[in-house]
Amino acid sequence: MTQTTPLWEVFIRPRNGLSHKHVGSIHAADEVMAVQAARDVYTRRGEGTSIWVVRSADIVASDPDQAGENFEPTADKIYRHPTFYEIPEEVGHM
Amino acid sequence: MYSQGLIGADGSTTETQEFLDAFQKRIDAEEKIEPTDAMPEGYRRTLVRQIGQHAHSEIVGMLPEGNWITRAPSLRRKAALLAKVQDEGGHGLYLYSAAETLGVSREQMTEELHSGKAKYSSIFNYPTLTWADIGIIGWLVDGAAIMNQIPLCRCSFGPYARAMIRVCKEESFHQRQGYEIVMTLAQGTPEQKAMAQDALNRWWWPSIMMFGPHDADSQHSDQSMAWKIKRFSNDELRQKFIDATVPQAEYLGLTIPDPDLKWNEEKQGYDHGRIDWDEFWRVVKGHGPMARDRIKDRKAAWDNGAWVREAALAHAEKRRTRKMAAE
Repeated sequence: MTQTTPLWEVFIRPRNGLSHKHVGSIHAADEVMAVQAARDVYTRRGEGTSIWVVRSADIVASDPDQAGENFEPTADKIYRHPTFYEIPEEVGHM
Repeated sequence: MYSQGLIGADGSTTETQEFLDAFQKRIDAEEKIEPTDAMPEGYRRTLVRQIGQHAHSEIVGMLPEGNWITRAPSLRRKAALLAKVQDEGGHGLYLYSAAETLGVSREQMTEELHSGKAKYSSIFNYPTLTWADIGIIGWLVDGAAIMNQIPLCRCSFGPYARAMIRVCKEESFHQRQGYEIVMTLAQGTPEQKAMAQDALNRWWWPSIMMFGPHDADSQHSDQSMAWKIKRFSNDELRQKFIDATVPQAEYLGLTIPDPDLKWNEEKQGYDHGRIDWDEFWRVVKGHGPMARDRIKDRKAAWDNGAWVREAALAHAEKRRTRKMAAE
């Protein structure tokens, strides 16, 4: 069996001023063809002004089993939000 | 289209009731399920099957239309058809990419299509005999696909729902360009109008069969509805499609080939005649007039492209080793 064509994750910047956003993935032998394929598959109607491709195998992700310990602690830290603090109305907008 | 993907799907699953209940609770709360989340095996299997078949349908769907690119009657029509066929290829790729997040490989899915293990929408096993067929396919086949696909934008599985949002944005052009083709023919010479009517006669029943068997005969719908993979039943979607399409045909002065089709004031929708399910199952099982050709063409494209894939990988490998040597 021949080697399989690597998988790449594709990120598109819709327009200047916005960040690149993940849109999906494509298969390509190398980075040059990956950008070309991403252009053909994900930007046929002016969806982007810039493309990033990253080998899917190179992405390091947080462990879904640890989602609780990673992300739940922020839920009870309400003092990190501005609405936690009471400012009298007379002070005006702050 | 997608309801056909559920034919033969095995939603059975063996996890503990506690796990299944917790999963169902997330679904009921309209939470999206993402690829790395824990999910029942039956949910995963149903999605792999459905998304895979949906992807195959997009890819195989390029064949009947590609057949007419070189014979499009004007540059405008040719450019539009080329763009549409390219979109179908793109839709297939979005969907394969969504299915791959569930741990199935592109090669595996391609292999299953070629071996006949995976199905695709049987609508593509009918031939495109005249230019009018290209108009009718855009209007009816893409129209029916849109009816199916819009609720899929809210599917509980995140990557599938996101892919469907992109697909739906693009499908609208497909349906409109198809209707415009049919309209041009219907308003043309008597021969052109007859050609449009002939194509409608051939495509109407296969189009309404695209929604799959009647609800009473659809075995896998209940679990898919509970898991919010599917949001409306086959018959509900079929009814919506018919109600939307009949006035469009009337505007064109074309006749829907169903003598029993009539408005039902009470249900505020059309009643339709009996669907020939024997034909449907024949075609699903691969006895459509074009079934063999479609798979033959897909296999030829895959086999004839093998050297390109191999050369691209060899080139990438050569560049990589040169770069490493230089460092």
